[in-house]
Amino acid sequence: MDMDWGYLFEVSLTSVMGGGLYALAGLAFVMVYKATRVVNLAIGEMLMAGSYLFFTFAAMWALPLWLAIPAAVLASGVLGAVIERTMIRPLLGEPPISAFMVTIGLGSVLVGLVEMIWSADQRRLPDFLPTQAITVGDAFLAPKIFWGAVIASVFITAVLLVFRYWRGGVALRATASDQAAAYAVGINVPRVFSLSWVVSAMLAAVSGIIVGSIGGISSSMGVFGLTVLVVVIVGGLDSVLGALVAGLLVGLVEGLAGAYLGGEYKLLATFIVLVFILMVRPYGLFGTREIERL
Amino acid sequence: MTQNATDLVLEVNNIEVVYNKVVQALRGLSLAVPRGEIVALLGSNGAGKSTTLKAISNLLPLEDGLLASGHIRFAGQDTARLAPQQLVRLGVSHVMEGRHVFEDLTVEENLVASTYALSGRTNAAKPDFDLVYEYFPRLFERRKGLAGYLSGGEQQMLAIGRALIAQPTLMLLDEPSLGISPKLTEDIFAIIARINAERATSMLLVEQNATVALAVAHRGYIMEGGKIVIDGTAERLASDADVREFYLGMGGGGEARSFKQLKHYKRRKRWLS
Ligand SMILES: Nc1ncnc2c1ncn2[C@@H]1O[C@H](COP(=O)(O)OP(=O)(O)OP(=O)(O)O)[C@@H](O)[C@H]1O
Ligand SMILES: [Mg+2]
Repeated sequence: MDMDWGYLFEVSLTSVMGGGLYALAGLAFVMVYKATRVVNLAIGEMLMAGSYLFFTFAAMWALPLWLAIPAAVLASGVLGAVIERTMIRPLLGEPPISAFMVTIGLGSVLVGLVEMIWSADQRRLPDFLPTQAITVGDAFLAPKIFWGAVIASVFITAVLLVFRYWRGGVALRATASDQAAAYAVGINVPRVFSLSWVVSAMLAAVSGIIVGSIGGISSSMGVFGLTVLVVVIVGGLDSVLGALVAGLLVGLVEGLAGAYLGGEYKLLATFIVLVFILMVRPYGLFGTREIERL
Repeated sequence: MTQNATDLVLEVNNIEVVYNKVVQALRGLSLAVPRGEIVALLGSNGAGKSTTLKAISNLLPLEDGLLASGHIRFAGQDTARLAPQQLVRLGVSHVMEGRHVFEDLTVEENLVASTYALSGRTNAAKPDFDLVYEYFPRLFERRKGLAGYLSGGEQQMLAIGRALIAQPTLMLLDEPSLGISPKLTEDIFAIIARINAERATSMLLVEQNATVALAVAHRGYIMEGGKIVIDGTAERLASDADVREFYLGMGGGGEARSFKQLKHYKRRKRWLS
């Protein structure tokens, strides 16, 4: 078979861009894990919750988009705070497995709520991404994927800058680095936990809104979270850089597998990457050994 | 009586501490820190020195420890109900054993993290980074570097510098000499003495190295098995025959190694991990 390099380029570029959404959702996961050591298995469902909130504001209440999007993101932040306060905070000091189990429960609760309020039917989100075709050289890019990637990169950059220069970001990184010392220098650690959930839920909502705009929303879109988990394990649970690199990598692998082998091989391909990376680097690409040695 | 109480910045009264609901680490310990003084708390491995400091700074719950009985008063106020960060904001800074710098943060960011200690303070002065760099010029040179790459001695300086940012009334220092060369230990203790003299910061200084501690302290306590066994002025303790035999002769390299292992184990133990 003759290699079609143009097609390969197009597929690769599209897949890496699609991976931008994994990176953003992965960042949302890492935010909580780094600060609180909670493995949030409901990350996919939090994505879903954000997209349904957007659906409610934009499609059901017919709010203009410039209002509906921030409203959905803010409402998701509130949801994050409520989740932290009611489900996670009471487990402070319990073994990590209990918080882990609670997030599994949280996932089911969110799915249940969505099916109760909006039914399990697939829905379309209002189109807000430009639809004009994008070309890079000879390659055509689906405009929604392109703009989704642009929005994801903007948010990722914003989060990185904020957490580098804002004092609250220093508090979060300090807490992630040494919790006892964070208490000892006067940081309100429980508040940092709360902050990490709020930011995480907001980032998840942004990803959810983009994912939903590309492929529609339904009560089963939480499966997106499965791939996000693969991403953060490949990247190293506590590594921001890892989530970003692994997000793009998994996007690429998935896209290539889909294009050359068929859609049913996507998940298989990502899991092969997962197993391979874990064999070579048991802590993920950029994970810190220290924490896993525990 | 009232006169006496105001002169004591810290009063620890007959406290008992239990870890994991079973291990009793302190058995009726009492001590006091007069305002403006350095008080040394000495004792061998496992005596309960660090536990005493954690009880004072309310960090015990992080290690599943509990203040089972007794009272602790800081500046006349009972501290039992205060969260650790509230206590720091009131003026108690704990420089933990093993330094506990934020390794993934730069030196400067370590100090910035400590400015939270100043939030909500009524008499709030601005955070004074220059003051820290004045006492520890080495930190200024390395302020943009990651704290994890500092030498042990520099990390100890950073840990003390971080506490300085909090402008504490009382500093709790847990083994500042741990794993640090004798020369650097001397330098650090000289700075500790200067901070005490120049900033009127009261200090409770835990040490294994009794010689260096008693050289800067005004008075001292010696503890064993979770309670105080001897107390007195620094001069008296330094010249006491028993103290000389049991404590001033100690502190060789072999012990330093076992300390490190203990410290290692403790660092792994995190509240939420
Ligand atoms: N987190 C913990 N869980 C259970 N037991 C503990 C814990 N921390 C300390 N202990 C026990 O409490 C006792 C006092 O320990 P502590 O660390 O206060 O001693 P120390 O005087 O500081 O010793 P060192 O000089 O070795 O630092 C020891 O018997 C120790 O084994
Ligand atoms: Mg100790």
